[in-house]
Amino acid sequence: MSASRLTESIDFHGRALLLRAERQKVIAGNIANADTPRFAARDFDFKAALADATGSREGAEPSAAATGVATTHAGHLTGSGGTGGTGRVDSTVQKYRVTEQPSIDANNVDLDRERANFADNAVRYEAGLRFINGSVRTLLSAIRGE
Amino acid sequence: MSLMKVFNISGSAVSAQSQRLNVVASNLANAESVAGPDGQSYKSRQVVFQSQPTADGGAGVKVSSVIEDNAPAKRVYEPGHPMADQTGYVTQSNVNVVEEMVNMISASRSYQNNVEVMNTARQLLQKTLQMGQS
Repeated sequence: MSASRLTESIDFHGRALLLRAERQKVIAGNIANADTPRFAARDFDFKAALADATGSREGAEPSAAATGVATTHAGHLTGSGGTGGTGRVDSTVQKYRVTEQPSIDANNVDLDRERANFADNAVRYEAGLRFINGSVRTLLSAIRGE
Repeated sequence: MSLMKVFNISGSAVSAQSQRLNVVASNLANAESVAGPDGQSYKSRQVVFQSQPTADGGAGVKVSSVIEDNAPAKRVYEPGHPMADQTGYVTQSNVNVVEEMVNMISASRSYQNNVEVMNTARQLLQKTLQMGQS
């Protein structure tokens, strides 16, 4: 087993964490604008963004939009080698939420839904952290041979 | 790190909501004010929120302006009042106290929501700092 196989899982969960943090930021923006007239709540498709960031979507290569790494030279590393990946999601990838209950000031932030999403995302972020911690512990015990 | 930006976004919201609360306090304090010698009574003020996009796809909020309400002022018949006009009416402010109380509750709830968001972000960051140590 090569070293990259060992750290593959950590790398994957690291990318997922970055995207979770990004989503947390977007939802925080929605909650912050709960009283702003004409504000449209946003979110992004986490599954698609993660597939983009890890290159696991059929068609392979991780896209620059999701990982923030541009490859302009044959010698440049793609984002898959654990080098890049800022977890940035372009605002073009973000989508507007569908209005469920229209309000008179054209603001469509559903605070209950946003809070639920926020809590859900926070728990999933913590889950990602635990996966990484578990992998690190496994690696350490393999290294120490205890 | 996007979680750091949560503090900027929620911070801007907390600041905007506290300004709203400030305006509500000013309105409520002047709810019973009567017109001065110039005949101008206190006018109810309202903040206008505006979304402020950050460079990386987040959305903060700011108070773009404070507008004055042009609703007609309250007029109370009180002939003995020193500020009464010839017909015996005193001009008071145009503050709607019920509306302001609702405004206050809404501002306070939004403030709490944003503080909670910042607390969660802080906990997540702390746990991220301890990554690989446990």
